[in-house]
Amino acid sequence: MSTSTRPLTPEQIEEFGAEMDAIRQRVLADLGEADATYIRNVVKAQRGFEVAGRALFYLPPAWPLAVAALSVSKILDNMEIGHNVMHGQYDWMGDPGLNSRMYEWDNVCPSEQWKNSHNFIHHTYTNILGKDRDLGYGILRMDEDQKWHPYYLGNPLYAFLLMVFFEWGVAMHDLEVENIVAGKRRIEENKAMHAGIMRKVKRQALKDYLLFPALTGPLFPMTLAGNAVANLVRNVWAFNIIFCGHFPAGVATFSQEECENETRGHWYYRQLLGSANITGGKLFHVMTGNLSHQIEHHLFPDVPARRYPEIAQEVQAICEKYGLDYNTGSLSRQLGSVAKKIVRLAFPTKQRPTGAPVADAPVASSATAAA
Amino acid sequence: MGIAGALLRSKAVAALASPHGVDRYLELVNPMWAAEEVRARIVDVHREVDVPGHPPVATLTLQPTSTWRGHRAGQHVQVGVEVEGARRTTRVFTISSNDSRPGDRFQITMRANPDGVVSKWLVEKAQVGTVLHLSQALGEFVLPDRVPEHVVFISGGSGITPVMSMMRSLHRRTHRGRITFIHYAQSPEHQIFAEELDEICRSGFGTDVHLLHPELGDPALSPAWLERHVPGWQDLPTWACGPAPLIEAVQGAYGDSPELRIEWFKPPRVATGDAAEGEVVFSRSGVQGENTGASLLEQAEALGLAPEFGCRMGICFSCTARKSEGTVRNVLTGETSSLPDEDIRVCVSSPVGDCVVDV
Repeated sequence: MSTSTRPLTPEQIEEFGAEMDAIRQRVLADLGEADATYIRNVVKAQRGFEVAGRALFYLPPAWPLAVAALSVSKILDNMEIGHNVMHGQYDWMGDPGLNSRMYEWDNVCPSEQWKNSHNFIHHTYTNILGKDRDLGYGILRMDEDQKWHPYYLGNPLYAFLLMVFFEWGVAMHDLEVENIVAGKRRIEENKAMHAGIMRKVKRQALKDYLLFPALTGPLFPMTLAGNAVANLVRNVWAFNIIFCGHFPAGVATFSQEECENETRGHWYYRQLLGSANITGGKLFHVMTGNLSHQIEHHLFPDVPARRYPEIAQEVQAICEKYGLDYNTGSLSRQLGSVAKKIVRLAFPTKQRPTGAPVADAPVASSATAAA
Repeated sequence: MGIAGALLRSKAVAALASPHGVDRYLELVNPMWAAEEVRARIVDVHREVDVPGHPPVATLTLQPTSTWRGHRAGQHVQVGVEVEGARRTTRVFTISSNDSRPGDRFQITMRANPDGVVSKWLVEKAQVGTVLHLSQALGEFVLPDRVPEHVVFISGGSGITPVMSMMRSLHRRTHRGRITFIHYAQSPEHQIFAEELDEICRSGFGTDVHLLHPELGDPALSPAWLERHVPGWQDLPTWACGPAPLIEAVQGAYGDSPELRIEWFKPPRVATGDAAEGEVVFSRSGVQGENTGASLLEQAEALGLAPEFGCRMGICFSCTARKSEGTVRNVLTGETSSLPDEDIRVCVSSPVGDCVVDV
């Protein structure tokens, strides 16, 4: 494990886990009217921004406003609503419109697929090298224990492209293109998934790039451009928030050996050390889908996100008690730290002395090696 | 909402409202606007029976959204309400009013089951103006298109609702044949729709009404009683609905006559015997226990699990779960099934020997 925190004894880790379980039980028992009202208000706001955005495209001078409203709508839909609803945070309400099995978000990645790669793979194997595919997304070098290769000289460029095309990156994520290139996965395995992505892509493209622009008649190009910009704004925002969640300096990664036969306590411990928070105001937290509380989200992924700020104080106090690092900082600090890491890891780094785990080679390393 | 409805259900509007769907926008403007979903506003709450110390019975009159496709007498509907801190809970209730056409008002009648959150809420807390979530009408316990000359309805307790809907529909259609209406209640005070039945009794209409109270000394249902009051009953098309003991008595009298149609009011007790042996494994929660012969849902609950369920009588499919191995018997039909990896409704499936279910 690479972290600055002093390690706990196995007993302490279990104690820590029990404290986390207690928080979880307490919050789950308290869910009710207030949580339901909150998420319904967010949904109302999102639909309001969406309708306003679509309507404002009819007024050419209001174009920037239209784009802003639509961007906010897409951000709310994907983050505070979509991401959290798909985690099952509101399944207890029994409302089909807010149910993890039924919710579909305004994003080219089909929700069914997202739930597998995110809720299952990423949240179960968080920051385990070679298992958590969100560690570098198969294209970036985000940890020193990933072996360097000349391909990674492009690290900053790949990160920039991933930011611009983030929703597409998320949609393609599950196809595990890097494993196909490396010969570890057969292209046929992707057939069904590929069909699902194409269906969703068509629907998203149809409304954003054909129907809504067409409805504005002669303003077609302006509306199309506006919709594209709104999608871009959402991409850039989501990418930046998400990269601050696991990649700032000081966040720990884990080897597969360390996590074999892992206890529930160690799972909590790993979630805490493998995540980082961003400080900010109430509105900022809402706009990040409360992923600014990435630590609490990883400890309690199915607890409604509006509870994270109140839980955070308790988690922080418990961390202090155990002498555990609680990684938090302003957006600029965390972003700067992530950017530095992306650039630094583009170049070879000193190998860890002990038999540090070596992550799977990235997409193009084998491609370039073959070339 | 003719043209507007057609427009809202069009492919073009669906594409524009993708991925959320039109109803997710309409409901925010007015909960009574819908393109696909069915909702209803309560327009009247009427207490049918209110005996101190006993659960009351109420009839709710509902104004559905224009998406309601109507119902055939005898059908039921799923009703979802928000109870206990914004938790939507869905149960099934029979429609008690006569057949409805698309968009028509209709009524549901229910007793406040002391253990039932939804029925209790509907009877005791529901207010005029509250909006409920509905399904379309469901169920095969209905009259045929060509109604026979003489029909028999047998019901017990709140099992009166579907046959009341049938009788009301026949009267409304000015059915010229005969109706024999037999109902068992605890006492005259417990009689649901007492006034209306009394009026039918007095005005004739070709309807024979028999209101019986076995607990006060009236005879229970038997072939002899039927012979005396409904001559030729074996050959008359009969609809029966009520609690298990009544249905068992009806089945005892009619045997497997094709003239008898029944609606279980609550699933019958599972006959204990060879079935109650072996081990039941609830694989998702990693819990197992000795097979008690009860339904899988009850066994799971007895072991402290809380699987999702709805009607608890095998009609709403809320509790559907994957059975990976073993044999289960449908407690409604008695059919056994041993297919691996089949979806079963755990509320009406009891294991025969070892069984593994993903709960």
